[in-house]
This record gives sequence, C-alpha cells and structure tokens, in this order.
Amino acid sequence: MKKTLRAHDQRDTRQRADDQEVPEGAKPVYLLDREDQTRAKVLSNMLKQKRKEKAGKWDVPIPKVRATSEAEAFRALRSGKSKRKAWKRMVTKVTFVPDGFTRKPPKYERFIRPTGLRFKVAHVTHPELKATFQLPLLGVKKNPTSSLYTSLGIITKGTVIEVNVSDLGLVTQSGKVVWGKYAQVTNCPENDGCINAVLLV
Amino acid sequence: TMSSTADDNDDNGEDRAVLVQFVSETGEEAGPPLQALLGSTVADLKATLDAQLIVQSGDYDDQVIYKFFVDEAEVATSLAVAVDCGQVNERLLRIVYQPQALFRVRPVTRCTSSLPGHSEAVLSAAFSPDSRNLASGSGDAAVRFWDLSTETPLHECRGHKHWVLCIAWSPDGRRLASACKRGQICLWCPDTGKQIGRPLARHTQWVTSLAWRPLHLDSECRLLASASKDCTVILWDTIVGQVSRVISGHEQAVTQVRWGGTDLLYTGSRDRTVRVWRADDGALCRTLQQHAHWVNTLALSTDYAMRLGANEPGKPAPEIGAPRTELCERARRVYEAARRDQPERLVSGSDDFTLTLWTPETDKRPVARLTGHLQLVNDVRFSPDGRLLASASFDKSVRLWDGRTGKFLATLLGHVGRVYQVAWSADSRLLVSSSADSTLKLWDIGAAGGKNRLKPVNDLPGHADEVYAVDWSPDGQKVASGGKDRELKLWRN
Repeated sequence: MKKTLRAHDQRDTRQRADDQEVPEGAKPVYLLDREDQTRAKVLSNMLKQKRKEKAGKWDVPIPKVRATSEAEAFRALRSGKSKRKAWKRMVTKVTFVPDGFTRKPPKYERFIRPTGLRFKVAHVTHPELKATFQLPLLGVKKNPTSSLYTSLGIITKGTVIEVNVSDLGLVTQSGKVVWGKYAQVTNCPENDGCINAVLLV
Repeated sequence: TMSSTADDNDDNGEDRAVLVQFVSETGEEAGPPLQALLGSTVADLKATLDAQLIVQSGDYDDQVIYKFFVDEAEVATSLAVAVDCGQVNERLLRIVYQPQALFRVRPVTRCTSSLPGHSEAVLSAAFSPDSRNLASGSGDAAVRFWDLSTETPLHECRGHKHWVLCIAWSPDGRRLASACKRGQICLWCPDTGKQIGRPLARHTQWVTSLAWRPLHLDSECRLLASASKDCTVILWDTIVGQVSRVISGHEQAVTQVRWGGTDLLYTGSRDRTVRVWRADDGALCRTLQQHAHWVNTLALSTDYAMRLGANEPGKPAPEIGAPRTELCERARRVYEAARRDQPERLVSGSDDFTLTLWTPETDKRPVARLTGHLQLVNDVRFSPDGRLLASASFDKSVRLWDGRTGKFLATLLGHVGRVYQVAWSADSRLLVSSSADSTLKLWDIGAAGGKNRLKPVNDLPGHADEVYAVDWSPDGQKVASGGKDRELKLWRN
C-alpha cells in the first residue's frame, strides 16, 4: 500500500524545469539563433575539396565518355624506300595546334597531324545564358582517354578545352577581366566538321 | 607665430604667407581670417589658434591638444605638406580644428594574468564605470567578480539557472545586473558578491540586452531596461524589484536596447526596424526603417559618456560616499561635454552588411548609409569622443567611419576569423578587437595619418579558442577578454 502511495506521489510531481542541468555549448547572444557549421564539418569539407582537386575529378557536364582506342584515333602510315616501315601514325581525329607550332623534321615525326583536321575556333555555349559564341581556342586541357592524346592536342567528345572568352566581357569579383575559361566538347568533331562545346562556369 | 611681416615675393614655399580661417568641427568660425606661414607646424598653428581664442572669448585652455584638418587631409607635420602649394595664393584656407583628449592611454602589450574559474565559456565581461571592479558572465550560469589589484577571483555568484548572456553595471558602479537565457535578471553587489533582492522574472525567452537609465537622469539608478527574444522590452524598478512598464510593439526579437540621454529608448530588432520610445510613458515616437535584414547592434555617440556616469575621463573618480546630487551633477557635466550641443547620433548595424547613421531625436530619415562590409556586422562602437565609429564584422575586418557624417575612413585588416567585438580606449586613439581566430588585435587610430588600410600595432595572442567578449577599462589601464576557452585574460601595457 505504501509503495502504491509513493508511486502515486511521484507521478503527480511534475519534473520541474529547474532541476535540469545547464546545457553545454554556451554561445554569446550574437551567436544564438545562427546556424553555424561546426568546425569539424568545415574541416571535413576542406579535406574533401583538397582530395577532389588532387584526383582531378571536376564537375563537368559529360562525366563519362567512351574512350577512343588507338586503332580508332591513329592510322598507320607506311614509310621507307620499300614502304615496309610502319612506325608513323596519322591522327584521324580533330586536333588543335598552338600558334607558332612548327613540325618536327618529317624524317623523325612519329605523329602526323593533318592540316585539314586542325581547328582554331570552337562554338561554345554558355549554359545559363543559352547563347552560343564562336571563340578561339587556347589549348587542350585534358582528353579523357589518355595524356598522350592531351599532349598531341587531340579533341574528341568529352575533351576539356580552354577558350578565349575576352569577347564575352566577363569580370572577376576583384574587377579583373577574365580572358580564358574551360569548356567541354559535346559533339564528335571529326564527324561534324566543327567543335561544339559547353562552357564550364 | 603669427607673421604679419611675411614676404610674398619669396620663392621659397615655406616662407610664403597664406590666409587661414580656423573653423571648429561644427562649422563655427573661431574669428576673422589670419595670416600664417605655409611652413607652420602643428605647434605654430596651435599657438595661432590659442591667440585668436583669447582675443575672441577671453579664455583658453593651454592644455588642449588639437588636430588640424585642411580639406579633409590631416596636418601631420606642417601646413605645406598637407596643402597643394600651387593653388594656395588666391584661396582662403579653412582649417578645421579638433580638440583631442589630453591624457594618452598606453597600448596594451602583454597578458598579465589568465584567470581561470569559469567552468564554461565566458560570454560577457565588463569593467565597472570607476574601473575598480571587473565582472564576467559565463555559460556555467555563474557571474564572477574579480579583484583587479591582485588579479584573482573575488566572488562567485550563483543564482541563474542557464547561461548568463549579458551583464551591465549600473552607472554609479554599485550594482551589477545580469541576465540569463531563461529570461531572468539578477542584481548583484560587487563588494559582497550577494544577490540584491529576488530574481526579476517576466520575460518568456532569453534576454538579449540590458540598459540602465543614465545617471544624470536618475541619481539612484532605479530603472533598468531589458530587451528579449519575446519581442518586448521591460522597464524594471530595481529598488522595489518589480516591473515598471512593458513596451511591446516589435514583431520579432528585440536584439538591442539603448537608453538615450534625453530619456528616449532606442530598440533594434530582428523585424528590421529601429524604434524610438519615450521612457516615461512607453509611447512610440518614431520607427526608423532602412535595413533589409536583422538589426544586430546599436550604438549611441554619447554611449561612453553615459557609461562613465559621474567619472570624468582623466580626472580622479568621485569618493565612494559622495552624495547622489553631486554624482548627478558630475554625470550631467560629462554628458553635456560629450554631446557638444548636437543631437545624439545612433548607428545600427545589421545582417544586410550595412550600417545606418541616424539622428533619432529629430529625424526619421537616416543621415547616411554605410556600406562596404562583405558579411554581417556584429558590433558597432562610437569612439569615446564620438568622432569615429568602428564596426566589427564576420568578414574578418573592422571598418572605421567618420562619426558625424558616416564617411568611410579605413579598413583594419589582420584577423583571420570573424571579428566579434571591439572596444575603444578612453582617449579614442586605440582600438582593440576580438575575434573567432582566438586573438585580439590592437590598432592605433591616432597615428593612422589618413591611410585607408591599417595593420594592427600589436597582436595579442594567448587565448586557446574563440574570444567572445572584450572590454577596455575606463581609466585605460587594462583590457579584459574572455571566450570559449573558459579563461578571462587581463592585458596591460
């Protein structure tokens, strides 16, 4: 009986707010009601960003592309007096060569980039403005298949190229004029005869 | 050295005579135009000005130091340097003179003691108006008093049940009010460490700011205003321990309340408005609307003078047993000297990255809108002489503005984390700022010389975590700072 009475009393006594402990994480008035990222989250974000940069993984419109095999990109050329030697290769894809490019001496040239497949301009679309401009190329930044293709300047679908955007009149936050930006190629230039790309903003 | 025998044909620029007109900051001319040498130094200009003031008003204060400005440029070494010599011949040069504080506060360089004692982060720290006592409020629900002569803890006062968010000394320095996150306000006596009366509880949510009625209006320091997140401001009668008036009208949390020198209350709130109320009947006088986001902080140009109460800067404090009427009279003198016959200026800092300068006693429209910060403005302080304004922001910079017109003067860069609070020294020449990067930085404003990007004179590292509160004692001797690492640090020269 006594136990029942005691249990009854305890049930009636409401747990008063005064008995609770003072919570941790004291903040001054000006920081109350402000959503602050905890420091752990900030550091974790910074580390993730660094790792992404190291791995070279960028946020691009076409993340995965079909790799172009060497058989597809190059054609063997026969050379020599009796046309037996076949160490020369001719690039069958569109390439970009920089200004002031001079060929290596023809006797030693292993990769031949035909002038008919050399392009200087690209049609670049601004994704937000939805407008397309013809902008001169500055270089090939990365060809997803291999670094050999990047060094040769071969442009296939999914290649990241650098274009001259000084015509667009973009300005940075500190007031400097932006004149080069990256874009990713969205078509197969060797089939279409032109390079279409999307600007990476 | 007034030169009436100047040789105008002399080719040497330094010896040319020019016509000058001394004008005070408010635009009043000190007297008729005079001739002065182009090579006059600051001392020469002062002597000339003194001579003119004797003639005009019959008395002058030999001890006053002046700063001279020609066309917004300060005369640092000599007049010739500040003025473009080519155009001087035809013009009358208007030289604005600004009296500066006589005493010099020495820059703080070292931490003399780290005072442990709180078991949670220190959220607020304040020196009493006579610089005899130091109090701090912390997240462990305790208020602590510290003995400044030995730099040791004096009293620990427990009475709150939640984090002590704000503390405020009464203008006579006899009582301390502290408010907690549960909305309770307690009054403490600094000498004994005991609570005075019962806790004042009426707010339903946390108290964001406390403001005592100025001493020159109320010699017994009876009324205290508290602003809370529950959108009301309550005026308490602290002697009886009851609510005197409840002022409601804001639609969202009230973030700051300031008691003006003419018995007006200024409140800033998250509903983006600043409202002006009459303290005696609680009526709304004006609503000042300009900001686009929460109003975080308010500052009055006479804030420092009203904080000091009866303690005149640079002069000895009144004796402890002085009669109330004498204190009231001294406080009135300090207030009138700070106000200099101009309306009080109010500045509000907001989450929309701007500050606004108002003269709330007279006008509903702002005097100026101060833009430039890249993140929200957390703290704003007028310098003790009311001429400069410092704003601390989450964009890691402190900006200096002119206190009368709102013109941008300089950016103080150096912090690598958000800047939380700033505190001025009593002579308006030095500024200390506390930041989330756990350092305090000392800036020398008096020696800035017109540069618009300043570097700190002194770095005051030592805290282990973010520094939430900083205060400079009114006598200029010490700086107290407290933060997340639970220690209160005292800094001296």
